[in-house]
Amino acid sequence: MATTATPQKVEEVITDALTQFGPERDEISREKTFEELDIDSLDLAELSQIIEDEFGVQLKGDDVGKIKTVGDAVDLVVSRAA
Amino acid sequence: MSRPADAAVLVTGASKGIGAAIAQALAADGWAVGVNYRGDADGARRTVDAIEAAGGRALAVQGDVAEGDPQALLGAVAEGLGPVLGLVNNAGVRADGLAIQMDDGDWRTVLDTNLTAPFRMTRDALRPMIRARYGRVVNVASIVGPRANAGQANYAAAKAGLIGFTKTVAAEVARRGVTINAVAPGFIETDMTADLPEGVLDLVPARRVGTPEEVAACVRFLASDDAGYVTGTTLFVDGGMSA
Repeated sequence: MATTATPQKVEEVITDALTQFGPERDEISREKTFEELDIDSLDLAELSQIIEDEFGVQLKGDDVGKIKTVGDAVDLVVSRAA
Repeated sequence: MSRPADAAVLVTGASKGIGAAIAQALAADGWAVGVNYRGDADGARRTVDAIEAAGGRALAVQGDVAEGDPQALLGAVAEGLGPVLGLVNNAGVRADGLAIQMDDGDWRTVLDTNLTAPFRMTRDALRPMIRARYGRVVNVASIVGPRANAGQANYAAAKAGLIGFTKTVAAEVARRGVTINAVAPGFIETDMTADLPEGVLDLVPARRVGTPEEVAACVRFLASDDAGYVTGTTLFVDGGMSA
């Protein structure tokens, strides 16, 4: 059963996931770009998988290419889950 | 990182020949082994029995890699044996003929099974491996591909493609502790090489065909923790033919 994708829960899951890829928790905010956080394409592919497992929202390569910031990712997942 | 104790490996086309030998070698090395087969249930049963008789864990899993759902195969192994952190893409077919006379069906059949199926299996197997920060993929290629072999344009294209695929995916996933390598057997004593023409051994510096066990030993190494820093490579098992 997928978790309900509230903005707060999505941000929490994404932040938790990103910490596995290198950045410290206090570096991560909605405004930060993935580039600034040194998150690469494989990290984003893995993040998409985590999001799919947690919220049942599938992000394709095209979607992932469009998101630049942590906030973009949160908003996209929330809108797709709605 | 070392392999988790409950890790499973799926070997495609493991009811006989090189695949069966690989399944047994990996089981002897501590992997729980999913023994995939398409039609030869008796052969798969024999492979499973041999593994179990030697004290290993194995499960026969039916499915056509060219047409089936990779998730179904991987899921069956995960459910029956444990997390699938190893994959050996061994299933292969031949449909020989000169390119000038080859029909689309023979081209497609060989590409589907020998190249597209390993891609689909690998793609789906990599997801849990990346999450686990551990994985081993070994593709069974061939000296045909790196070398010419008249009458096998389809097979050569597929196997050369498989080697290129191996290198690129290795570069994509290396930083997650996942390795992907290939072995390239030369003339190996199996049903697929039963009709070799006379004099072919003159091409082999070792002057003999290889055994499935000799290929399996190389796969076993590439799938082991000892090979953790080996990725994107092709290990030729060919009695010196490509030297």
